[in-house]
Amino acid sequence: MPSVTRIEVGTRPGFTDSLGASVARRVREHLGLAPRGVRTRDVFLVEADLSAAEAEAVAREFAGPVVRQGAVGRLDDGPFDVAVSVGYKAGVTDPVAKSARVAIEDLLGRPLGEAAHVSTSRLYLLDGVSEVEAGRIARALLANEVIERVGVQSYAQWKGSPPDLAVPRVAEHGSRPVETVGLELPDDRLVSLSRDRLLALSLEEMRTLRDFYRKAGEDPVRRAAGLGAAPTDVELECLAQTWSEHCKHKIMNATLTYREDGRAPEEIRSIFKQYIRGTTEAVDEAVKAREGKSWLVSVFHDNAGVIEATPRHHLVYKVETHNSPSALDPYGGAITGIVGVNRDPFGTGMGADLLANTWGYCFGPPEWKQELPPGLLHPRRIRDGVHAGVIDGGNQSGIPYGRGWEFFDERFLGKPLVYCGTVGRMPVTIAGEPGEVKHARPGDRIVMVGGRIGKDGIHGATFSSAELTEESPVQAVQIGDPITQKMMFDFLLEARERGLYSAITDNGAGGLSSSVGEMAKQPGGARLDLARAPLKYQGLAPWEILVSEAQERMTLAVRPEKLAALLELARLREVEATDLGAFTSEPHFHVQFAGKTVALIPMAFLHDGDPEMRIDAEWKTPVRAPFFTSPAPAVAEGNALLASFLSRDNLRSAELLERTYDHEVKGLTVVKPWIGAHRDVPADAAVFMVAHDGGHVGYALSEAVFPTYSDEDAHAMAQAGVDLTVRRVVAAGARIDRIALLDNYCWPDPLPGAKNPDAAHKAAQLVRASRGLSEICRAYGTPLISGKDSMKNDAVVGGRRISIPPTLLASAIAVVRDVRRAVTLEAGAPGELLYAVGETGDELGCTEYAASRGDAGGAVPRCRPEAWLPRYERVAAAIADGLVSAAHAPGRGGFARSLFLLARAAGLGLSVDLARAPVTGSPGWEALLFSESAGRFLLAVRPERAAELEARLSGLPVARIGAYDGGGRLAIALGDRKLVDDPVETLTRAWKREGVRS
Amino acid sequence: MKPVRVLLPVGFGLNCEEETAQAFRMVGAEVDLVHLTDLFARRHPRRIADYQVLAMVGGFAYGDHVAGGLVLATRIRAHLKEDLAAFLAGGGRVLGICNGFQTLTRLGLLPGPEAGAPDFTPRATLASNERLGYRDAWVRVAPDPRTPCVWTRGLAAVDLPSRHGEGRFVAASDEALRRLDANGQLPLRYVDAAGKIALSWPENPNGSALGVAGVCDATGRILGLMPHPDAFLYPWHHPDWPRRRAEVEAREPGGLAIFRAGVEGA
Repeated sequence: MPSVTRIEVGTRPGFTDSLGASVARRVREHLGLAPRGVRTRDVFLVEADLSAAEAEAVAREFAGPVVRQGAVGRLDDGPFDVAVSVGYKAGVTDPVAKSARVAIEDLLGRPLGEAAHVSTSRLYLLDGVSEVEAGRIARALLANEVIERVGVQSYAQWKGSPPDLAVPRVAEHGSRPVETVGLELPDDRLVSLSRDRLLALSLEEMRTLRDFYRKAGEDPVRRAAGLGAAPTDVELECLAQTWSEHCKHKIMNATLTYREDGRAPEEIRSIFKQYIRGTTEAVDEAVKAREGKSWLVSVFHDNAGVIEATPRHHLVYKVETHNSPSALDPYGGAITGIVGVNRDPFGTGMGADLLANTWGYCFGPPEWKQELPPGLLHPRRIRDGVHAGVIDGGNQSGIPYGRGWEFFDERFLGKPLVYCGTVGRMPVTIAGEPGEVKHARPGDRIVMVGGRIGKDGIHGATFSSAELTEESPVQAVQIGDPITQKMMFDFLLEARERGLYSAITDNGAGGLSSSVGEMAKQPGGARLDLARAPLKYQGLAPWEILVSEAQERMTLAVRPEKLAALLELARLREVEATDLGAFTSEPHFHVQFAGKTVALIPMAFLHDGDPEMRIDAEWKTPVRAPFFTSPAPAVAEGNALLASFLSRDNLRSAELLERTYDHEVKGLTVVKPWIGAHRDVPADAAVFMVAHDGGHVGYALSEAVFPTYSDEDAHAMAQAGVDLTVRRVVAAGARIDRIALLDNYCWPDPLPGAKNPDAAHKAAQLVRASRGLSEICRAYGTPLISGKDSMKNDAVVGGRRISIPPTLLASAIAVVRDVRRAVTLEAGAPGELLYAVGETGDELGCTEYAASRGDAGGAVPRCRPEAWLPRYERVAAAIADGLVSAAHAPGRGGFARSLFLLARAAGLGLSVDLARAPVTGSPGWEALLFSESAGRFLLAVRPERAAELEARLSGLPVARIGAYDGGGRLAIALGDRKLVDDPVETLTRAWKREGVRS
Repeated sequence: MKPVRVLLPVGFGLNCEEETAQAFRMVGAEVDLVHLTDLFARRHPRRIADYQVLAMVGGFAYGDHVAGGLVLATRIRAHLKEDLAAFLAGGGRVLGICNGFQTLTRLGLLPGPEAGAPDFTPRATLASNERLGYRDAWVRVAPDPRTPCVWTRGLAAVDLPSRHGEGRFVAASDEALRRLDANGQLPLRYVDAAGKIALSWPENPNGSALGVAGVCDATGRILGLMPHPDAFLYPWHHPDWPRRRAEVEAREPGGLAIFRAGVEGA
């Protein structure tokens, strides 16, 4: 082993250590300790036989002039109380070390060699805290022991011991053999085998495997390859990945028996086929009948959905979840989520340029004060880590975010939901062929591009297909490295333009077993040799190489005559690309290790051999109490009520935090996430140009999610989400006939088990949500072009089961004919008039107001999509014709929040009389102010255009409810009775929680 | 007239190439996007000196690891120092935006020596923002009328987005900062709504002394700036556009004005 050099870099005395100051502030705010000071050091351990002069040169270069100083060994600038060191555990991706190594090699003008190793860590020198307190700070704030090592030393200990030169290296073993796994076992042993190996397969599936291998043992092809009647561990792991809920969506494809309130049972053959694909096909048929052709380019069979946008560009969109890893390691799980979903549009068709990210998180309350079950991270930590991960992943990849949101509820304490989405732009024609078509043929080489394979992310797919427990495996966590991926993408875009590959897909869940296994369907089969795969370190068993989910990898099919050119381009661009084998026409997934067959699975069995799942679903319509109404407040109380309402976790401003995400790199952003006179009001939808050379055609993005509505009925939950996301893009000025939707289901486990007594109810919620989704999409003509489901969002910790409320995220991508006609919710001038379109009903059930009152009663907001489509069409036409100066779709928080946002965005005063608003039934003051009734718009119009707008919307439930003025107050009345009359500035302070610690 | 030729290196995590190329094209320049590995290995058919302008775009070269611009600067110094020196000796102009500015500073091209040829010796640093962390928000910058900088000639105050975590300009000493100021080498300053130099957040996003948003070399041909002129090319980029369309559309987008000034006469 080469000798180790330690280099420390820190801030020179007299200059501000911004990181140290930030740590000190967070220690005070979150832990209530009062450190006098925090100094930080970046530490590099370079195991590369550096000479003394070389080490000094590196320290000097890393420090740079003026503010920072570097030292070889220890940087000693005076005493402190306690030193805390935090570094990655062996085998965890260390992107900084990778970059540092490149810099060292170019600085010294020599390669460091195969045996060299660079690692990084950070040292915090704390003043004014005890060792015990420092340990608490380390564990609660600075480090996550799932992936990091923590060291705590007093000053005396630090001074008295030599500098730490211990390099975190994975112990390298020789190559590990392939084993066979006998399946001729009684049922209970099959179950324990599945559990102990983390296969996440059911007894029925294990039996199917056993029966298959019993017969396969006599297959002459198998025998000739040297394999017998028991699967190898490579085969077993490969099948478990391919058959995992994560990859196979068994629940969405199951046959369900649905009973509703004691009526005769119905059989549903595959929710996916009936309610999702069936819906899209019906919508698409209607489009073709009306327009003569479809605008859907590629749906359901690739990594993301593709729609038409301009004559030269298609749009590609995919949203994923990364929930389980984010619960264990919020930063690593989330960064992997965002860079992982980037690979979906990139791996669709022949590959798409990445344009925009979206994200959304459901967390436990960030200021949770009560006890937390053991094994769970505090929701504030999860929140901070998830944001940091997605920020780093998005910003470093050079992809702006368009939409971001958070939702808080106690039931997300067990498993947070972390949604990440990416929009891509696919050239209509790539290297002379249609961009959406990929074609792997027999004989094409299998080429893996990007990062190397390690133990990280082994069993990710099967792990996420099981509930979270205290013993959840740490190796399931990966850390994404956006720079490695960016360099790979840059290379692949060049290769794409030169036509160097014929098919591409990403390596995500299930690793090579999934990417090659899926791609092999087209040619018929594949043969690859795992011994060729580049590894991060030696000692991986062949099955680990096959299923590792190590990040930043894509798999290509490359025509043999183009292989040399592809590999040469990769070499020039400093990107690793490896020929692993070839696609074949033989119907086998054939895996070798150094020429010896270690898996030979018939393709038909691999992809279609798993038994169909059957699920019971039972729905009992809940009986709900009426909402407990309260008397209308005097204006002072009304002001206080609105202020405290606006400051709730689910309504408050998150602008300060969200500005740490880039939203305008690429120069295509038109409507930014934060808008208005003060640039601090969230937009209804983001609007982007498609390309700098794409004319003025753009696209709008929005989303909506109403988890708590499932407390009454998941049907209402699903429809409210779709309705709001559609209204949002309409309000932004999108074409109403070019709205495509993505469905992302996050569900508590609907499969029965000893610890899951209400599985049939959760399954029934799945049916009801899917029906609601299908009905509203058919009515609005919005196809579902892509989606994903995550079905095990339960945590069992300390004997307690915490299940999330069933949550369907509806995300819209809609074409905007001319971005110059895009509209936001900002009115321009005093005197403009405010109109309400759509009825407000007595629908306070499951709303934010109900949550604020702790009231479990009231009717949940319901949708009437058939009746509402003509309304939306007329609103869309009025917006397209430039009749309105601002448009907004009220959502969570109802008119109360919407009116505040409108006033704040305009930077004006706003007076409203809710007695004028169109209603259904007889809503009281609370419902008028806080009901989340769907189907509504608020439109601002200049007085001279008002008559025209009224004429255009005549016959609809529409009314002028208020006007903007040059003052700065928000005044809300109900006829003669004033409910609210307060400066917008005052309400804003509450909304931003200024002066409140968070 | 022959169009001005711009070399725009890409790769290694740089990511603002699309909009920066668009900006130069909008003001009539011809842009070559060339992968840095091709420049390092001399595989690109042209030398840097064959161009009039070198554009160091924004992004996250090597993830800003160790320090913003550090790894890329180390690589450029190892592989392109002579080519760069030849280009600058021939009167070439350089624009470094955000990560590009950090890279030029680490390379020692900014602020550079007071006189004579570039010596690739770092004399200043772009340190972590006083308020730690990255932030995307629009700021206003105004030019110093005394500057020799070619990129800000004729420029009025402009609004641009600031998008960085390491942008606090720190000169070698107070005296060095005073000399840079006196030489007009601090051509762009953060200003408040009233046009006064901004010293505090949020108008000054990083806490730079004297409100420094951009720095040029003694010749005025090399400019580095933290805010992104490449992100204000169309009226609808401006945050006020939704409310005050006519007013915003009446003016040339401020980012474009910087590219135009730099390309004119190059």
